[in-house]
Amino acid sequence: MINDMKAEDIVGEYKEVTLQLYKVGPRKILYTEIETPFPEGKLIVSTTDKDGNITHVNHAFIEMSGYTEAELIGAPHSILRHPDMPPAAFNDLWDTVQKGEKWQGIVKNLRKDGGYYWVKATVIPNIRNGQVVGYTSVRRKPSSIVVDECIKLYPTLF
Amino acid sequence: MSYMFTVSPDFSPDRLSGWYIFNTWMQRQLGVDIHLELYDDFCAQRVATYSDKIDLIYANPFDAAMLVREKGFLPLVKPKDQLDEALIAVSESSPIAKIEDLKANVKIGMTEDPNVNMIGMMLLESANLNNSNIEKTVYDSYVLVAKSLLRESNEAGIFLAGAFDDLSNMVKKQLRVLLRSEIEEIHHSLMVGPKLADRRDEIKAFLTGMNQNEKGQGVLDSLGFKGWDEVDDEEMEFMIDLMDTLAT
Repeated sequence: MINDMKAEDIVGEYKEVTLQLYKVGPRKILYTEIETPFPEGKLIVSTTDKDGNITHVNHAFIEMSGYTEAELIGAPHSILRHPDMPPAAFNDLWDTVQKGEKWQGIVKNLRKDGGYYWVKATVIPNIRNGQVVGYTSVRRKPSSIVVDECIKLYPTLF
Repeated sequence: MSYMFTVSPDFSPDRLSGWYIFNTWMQRQLGVDIHLELYDDFCAQRVATYSDKIDLIYANPFDAAMLVREKGFLPLVKPKDQLDEALIAVSESSPIAKIEDLKANVKIGMTEDPNVNMIGMMLLESANLNNSNIEKTVYDSYVLVAKSLLRESNEAGIFLAGAFDDLSNMVKKQLRVLLRSEIEEIHHSLMVGPKLADRRDEIKAFLTGMNQNEKGQGVLDSLGFKGWDEVDDEEMEFMIDLMDTLAT
């Protein structure tokens, strides 16, 4: 379950856009230009089921996303989808992990308050008794050089 | 029949006698002969594991993946409130104030500890550092890594956070922590190999109850542990998946 973003949750001036989320449908996104720095030394960890619905989040995930644990559990992981991220990146992610392989990329994530944060994301399939039962996603602080490259590259991929 | 027990070589030298006491206690509980074999380095221990010599191991998280997925080991317990975290430290007098001040070709001191080095490199990654643009020197112990910083042979060092905290106050006063990981998901585990697998539940039960009697608590004290918490298969699989994401 995922709701449209609400103006009362947003901090600062915002823009509005509607995104088509994979397996979810349309979502109204309200987003700002306010960046939250990645917390030093931490990892943001989450797991999802096979359809990408969140089954576990750690404290860093809750802190950085701005949502409560109750809002996150059961929500699609695309609740973090930022409009500046090219859809091709997520198509590549799903194609890769559904083949049972590890995916890695630099991702701009959306916060509940409309702000954003950059991560180096790694997603791996959870294979139990030979079957993919879900996915683990671990996000860490990215290299600033790589983020600068992505800021230039991503607008060209739409 | 006798069994072989080993401990990840990253244990604190102060706990050497504690592991022998623990081994004696284990033999009494299980009623079998268990030989404690301690290896000087991670490579020698891995060779022994690959040769199927090991039946019981206190394993670091890096080796846990190989033990579970290639050698059929099963998790038993983890020490209470003891997580594997790493930190980057510099000499107190160093001009380096934050992790981003470390530049390409920086000299880094470290041990062979594979999971600590992996977490340490993750901490350095945000400063645009990686294995190809740092000068690494490997030492036999964290004390020697600390000394290399004091002698200015290295500009920064990668430490197991617990080992850094155990350094003498005199040494610690001359060092400064730049960044400490807060992963909170990675830990050492006591694991059982295929030959002892049929006694897994029994071993788990007496380990988790160890802190409830005076003798067991005394053994735990000698290891510096408050007690043991059970690790089930899914928790171990989750940690292995998480380590896998950090490997690149």
